[in-house]
Amino acid sequence: MSTYLPPAQRIWWNVPMGREEIVWIGIALIWCLIMFFMMPYWHVYGKQNLSNEAYQTTPAKYGPKVQAMIDKYTVRTETDQQIPVVHPPAGSDIYMLARLWQWWPIMELEKGKSYRLHLSSMDWNHGFSLQPININMQVVPGYEMVLNITPDVAGTYGVVCNEYCGIGHSTMLGRIYVKE
Amino acid sequence: MADPGNNPKDEEERIPAMQSLLENPFLLLFIGVAMPTVFYIIWGIMEIVTVPITP
Amino acid sequence: MANFRLCPDSGLFFDRNAESLMKVNAVAAAVSLLVAGLLALGVALTRWPAVHLLPAEQFYMFLTAHGLNALIFWIIFFEIAILYFASSTLLRCRLAAPRWAWLGFALMLIGAITTNVAIFQGNSSVMMTSYVPMQAAPHFYLGLILFAVGALIGCFVFFGTLVVAKNERTYEGSIPLVTFGAMTAAIIAVFTIASGAIILIPTFLWSIGYIGYIDPEMYRVIWWGMGHSSQQINVAAHVSVWYLVAGLVFGARPMSEKVSRFAFLLYIFFLQLASAHHILVDPGISSEWKIFNTSYAMYLAVLASMVHGLTVPGSMEVAQRLKGYNHGLFEWLRKAPWSNPVFSSTFISIIIFGFIGGITGVVMGTEQINLIIHNTIYVPAHFHATVAVGTTLTFMGLTYYLIPVLFRRQMILPGLARWQPYLFGAGMTALILFMMGAGTMGVARRSADMTFAGAALTYEYPGMAFTMMGLAGIGAVLAVIGGGAYLLVTVGSLVFGKKLDPSAGFLQSFGVPLSRGAYTAQPEILPMAAPVEEYGSAGHFEAPGTFALALVLLISFVVYYFINWKYLASVWPLS
Repeated sequence: MSTYLPPAQRIWWNVPMGREEIVWIGIALIWCLIMFFMMPYWHVYGKQNLSNEAYQTTPAKYGPKVQAMIDKYTVRTETDQQIPVVHPPAGSDIYMLARLWQWWPIMELEKGKSYRLHLSSMDWNHGFSLQPININMQVVPGYEMVLNITPDVAGTYGVVCNEYCGIGHSTMLGRIYVKE
Repeated sequence: MADPGNNPKDEEERIPAMQSLLENPFLLLFIGVAMPTVFYIIWGIMEIVTVPITP
Repeated sequence: MANFRLCPDSGLFFDRNAESLMKVNAVAAAVSLLVAGLLALGVALTRWPAVHLLPAEQFYMFLTAHGLNALIFWIIFFEIAILYFASSTLLRCRLAAPRWAWLGFALMLIGAITTNVAIFQGNSSVMMTSYVPMQAAPHFYLGLILFAVGALIGCFVFFGTLVVAKNERTYEGSIPLVTFGAMTAAIIAVFTIASGAIILIPTFLWSIGYIGYIDPEMYRVIWWGMGHSSQQINVAAHVSVWYLVAGLVFGARPMSEKVSRFAFLLYIFFLQLASAHHILVDPGISSEWKIFNTSYAMYLAVLASMVHGLTVPGSMEVAQRLKGYNHGLFEWLRKAPWSNPVFSSTFISIIIFGFIGGITGVVMGTEQINLIIHNTIYVPAHFHATVAVGTTLTFMGLTYYLIPVLFRRQMILPGLARWQPYLFGAGMTALILFMMGAGTMGVARRSADMTFAGAALTYEYPGMAFTMMGLAGIGAVLAVIGGGAYLLVTVGSLVFGKKLDPSAGFLQSFGVPLSRGAYTAQPEILPMAAPVEEYGSAGHFEAPGTFALALVLLISFVVYYFINWKYLASVWPLS
């Protein structure tokens, strides 16, 4: 009856703790510290980290970079919409653009090679969600994010938009090919 | 100063610092608003405004 | 000279203003929950692939309204009622500034209605988060601002009541633990509402054309200062209610006032930093900021939650053992009143909040692990465990206690009420587990169609993901039925329940004050709890069963945490 009554002692701070509380706080604190240090540890020894390289940009600046890459490296087009498929050289900067409701263009990458993937949005927030491996990134208009990616499994990957972006959101689908 | 007495007045003088912090709603309110404002909001805004402009 | 109504069943004293305000806030909360639940049915039946009920336009409208009604309106109306209960009723104190409190309620009501109208007019399907530059109608933001201002007034009425109680010496010693927890919630609410004001007022001005540009990343960071912290209000509030229920049902006392209050202090210091959970894969924010904030400064708020996870059930165990349920580790739990919905709601809530909500929250709030979870349907799975089971089910349980005590009506359909927490809890748990499964297979949240019909390209989620979304849909339907049962019992009791007091009429059930003649009691000063020798200082384990449960929680936590690192290590290298 005292969780909702004033404490039994006027000076309750000096009442000793029970044994299991002391033990549990000790164990929990150690676990909390382990979880905390896992994050910097992974930055040093893990292979999946964000570079946090980013720039302020505008659609007027970002669009031409994407177009320049498309003009230079397009190898074919796909679907009725003539979506360009680009095959940029390994190690290069590759630019993917998000807009209502497209990921543009389709990329063709080589397995085991690294690329500097740039992501930005021309209009609203979008979500870069690479399937089926399930890598997810927030794509924010006005910001250009750079990731060093190394596709290590060949296949056809879907780029799903997983940030709500209006009525056509569920039709916003892109593609990345990774070739042997 | 003298030996520990049992009258309430003595006790009130010796409320431990942590207990008196926990019994001060407005100090706690200040801390509870200041901490996230400094570490989350202000630091976060500084991060955003220092993002370089694209080359 | 304030006068009170003495509740003969509970021994609680109700101030006239506080009583009416608690009722109106609780009723507004229930109406919000009704709206949220109906919308939930539309949302769930659309995401159930075999049913796929709504076209995209309605789906996004429903989802926007479901989020705001369930996460904001239902919960915060109810929390204002809890704040008034924890200050005025528990401290036997008149409510400070009742006119301001009524103004606050009016603003919240007008705000909630305004925002709902904006959404259902159709041009504000922007989701609860309303990320700029996607734009809603101006009154969508205006409603939220009014609601927030009203809630802020409610918080200051609470603080004012604490001051009045102290000055008028309505209680001896320190405020009760439950009131301290409610104060924690109120403190977090002040920061929450301030963040909301900083970002929603400019966004409102932008929507009427007065401001030209709002930085989308700035919006995200500050909006989440409100969006996530509002859920931290819930954590502090429902943990307080857990302690309250332990006291009401078992006559429990805190295992240690110091430990429980210090845990709340850690919430005050660190809990709100976790707003960073939403910003972990955003551009332009450093890993230092992300790691410090996402970990609540070295997980000190997680430590606090783990402490409450021990001390809430632990206090129940100690009380049960004193009554003689001392056999083995778990007799105290087996002999708990499982058919009392006040207890069963609370205990289900503790288990699901701890084992699923807490663990998933910490795992996906890890900077790098967030990469494989961000914005998948795993995220709503997590927050249904924390908010729909953790907070909502706890508040449902408290309502069953309040019907006779506050509303002075006998509960109708007690058989249904007995089953309701299990029905709602089981449905929600199924929904949560299957959405978690689908999320790990990549299924996106907030999407009207997981088949991508109409897209130029194609992608197919694994067949198992479709199965899981179907099963999640079944869970959701069960949960909606459970929610409906709650509303049927509670609202039905207010209307048809036997009156325990001659003046508890129809209008009084919905907030009209009882006649002044009902408020003649003059409470004595609220005494300190009677001291008990065995508590606190004992050198042996008082609650071994709870300690064993806590170790099970810890082991699950460690295993699940490292499974996710292992899974992360298998995806494309990124740097």
